[in-house]
Amino acid sequence: MSDIHAAIDAVWRIESARLIASLARMVRDVGLAEDLAQEALLAALERWPKSGVPDNPGAWLMATAKHRAIDVLRRGKMLERKHEVVGRDLEARQESPEDALHAALDDEVGDDLLRLIFTACHPVLSTEARLALTLRLLGGLTTEEIARAFLVPVPTVAQRIVRAKRTLAEARVPFEVPRGADRAARLSSVLEVIYLIFNEGYTATAGDEWTRPPLCDEALRLGRILAELTLQEPEVHGLVALMEIQASRLRARVGPAGEPVLLLDQDRARWDRLLIARGLAALDRVEALGGTLGPYALQAAIVACHARARTAEETDWTRISALYDALAQLAPSPVVEVNRAVAYAMAFGPAAGLEIVDAVAAEPSLAGYHLLPSVRGDFLVKLGRHDEARVEFERAASLTRNTRERTLMLERAAAAARKASRNDRGER
Amino acid sequence: MRFMMLVIPKAYENARADFVPPADLVAKMTKYNESLTKAGVLLSLDGLTPPAKAARVKFAAGTPKVVDGPFTEAKEMVGGYWMIQVKSKAEAVEWAKRAPMLDGDVIEVREVQDISEWPEEVRKAAGR
Repeated sequence: MSDIHAAIDAVWRIESARLIASLARMVRDVGLAEDLAQEALLAALERWPKSGVPDNPGAWLMATAKHRAIDVLRRGKMLERKHEVVGRDLEARQESPEDALHAALDDEVGDDLLRLIFTACHPVLSTEARLALTLRLLGGLTTEEIARAFLVPVPTVAQRIVRAKRTLAEARVPFEVPRGADRAARLSSVLEVIYLIFNEGYTATAGDEWTRPPLCDEALRLGRILAELTLQEPEVHGLVALMEIQASRLRARVGPAGEPVLLLDQDRARWDRLLIARGLAALDRVEALGGTLGPYALQAAIVACHARARTAEETDWTRISALYDALAQLAPSPVVEVNRAVAYAMAFGPAAGLEIVDAVAAEPSLAGYHLLPSVRGDFLVKLGRHDEARVEFERAASLTRNTRERTLMLERAAAAARKASRNDRGER
Repeated sequence: MRFMMLVIPKAYENARADFVPPADLVAKMTKYNESLTKAGVLLSLDGLTPPAKAARVKFAAGTPKVVDGPFTEAKEMVGGYWMIQVKSKAEAVEWAKRAPMLDGDVIEVREVQDISEWPEEVRKAAGR
C-alpha cells in the first residue's frame, strides 16, 4: 500500500463509524448511509492522492457524503424512500464546512454511534449478519478483511452485508436506541456479538491457527467504544473487563510452534500487565456501579482471580468455584457447568469435578462440544483411569475443528494410552 | 499493533523544575485524550515532569555516572506519552496528527517491539 493509501485507510478507520452514524440519522437508513460514506471514501481515494489529505479529513468526508445524499435524493433514485424532508434538512445544514465540522464533532455523534451499534445488532438479522455488519459499520473493516478474519469466502461476506442492509430497510428498523425492556434485550445482543467476535479470535473455531489476535483487538476496541457510550451499564464494563484480562494472556496461550498452551501451564511473565490493569480497572467500575454482578461481570471476576495469582498454585479455586456457582444460577448452561466442574476439581479434587460433568454429559447441546470430553479426560487422568481418559481425548480430537487443538488432544490421548498400558503391566 | 506516541515539547530541556502547562492547553489535551478513549484506541498515557527534576545515568568506561537535570545541552526531551492500540502505523500517525500541539513540538510514533518477530536464537535468549 502506498503512503497516501495507507493514510486514507487510517482516516477511514478513524472516521467511518461516526460518519455512517451521522449520515444514518439524517437519511434514516443504515444501508444508504453506508453507501454514501463509501462514495465519499471513493471520492477521497480519487482526490487526495493529488491534493493531499485535507487538514480535517473527517469534515471533508462528511461534507462530501452530504452532497452525495442531496444528489441522490434530488435525482429521485430513492422513490421508495420518502426523503424530501430529509433532503431539505440536509440542505439547511449544508451552509458551510464549519457547520459540517461542528456537526461531526457534536456530542450527538455519540448517540448516533450507539444507535448504529444497536441497529447493526438488531434481532431481525442472523448472528452471522450481525457480526459482519458490526465489523463493517463500526470497525471500518473491508469485506475482504472480515472474510479473512472469519475464514469465509469474500462473496459470502459481501452477500451477508448486502442482505443484512436490505433486511434492515425492509423491516423498517428505526435508527434508534430502544427504551425499557427492549433496551436491555438489545444491549445483550450487542454484547453477545462483541464477545463472539472476541472468542473467534481467542479460540479460533476453525483453521490452522489457535488464536487470531486481530479479531480480539477489534472486539476490544468495540467494547471500549461501547463502554464510553454506556457509562452506567455494569455488564458493558463487565464484558470489557473480561476481554481485557483474557486478551492479556494471548501471547502466553501459544507455544513456539503455534501450539496451544493451557492456562495453568502458561508463563505468567508473558501476561500483558497493561491489559490486566485495564481489566481490573473495568471490574472496579462494575463494582462502583453497585448491584449484583451480571454474567459478564461474574466471568470477569473469575478471570481476574487467575490474573491476580502470581503462580498457578496460588489460584483461589474456592473463590472461583463460588463465582461459577453464582454464574450457574444466573445464567445456567451446560458450558458453564463444564467450567464449574473444572473449578470444583481444582478446589475439591477431580471426583467433585467428574460428578458435575457427568450430570450434564447427556445434554444434547453438548453433543458436539469438544471441551466436555477434554475436561472429562483430564479428571479421569487425575483419578488414574487412563484408559477411559484416552477414549475421551480421542473423542475431543474428533470434535474440534481447530487443527492445533486436535493435535494437543491426540497427544494427550497417546500419553493416556501409554499410562494405561503401564498400569496393565503393573508399573504404576 | 501497539504504538507509543512520544511527545517532545519544544525547548522542554529548558523548562523550569516547577513548570506547569497552561490551563487552556491542558483543556485541549484532555479533550484529545477523551477522543482517543472514545475511539477505543487508548491504552494508557502519562505526562513526565520536566527534565530539570530528572537524573541521567550515563554509562562509560564500565562505571555508571549520575548526572542531575537540567540537561541544557540536550535536545528533544520527552514530555509524555500515549500508548495506543491501532491497526497500522498510518493509523497511529493519523492520531498523532490530531494532537493539540504547539509550533515546534514533535510527536514521535514508535511501534512496541514484538518479540515474536525476532530470530529464534534471540527469542530463546528472551526465554520465549
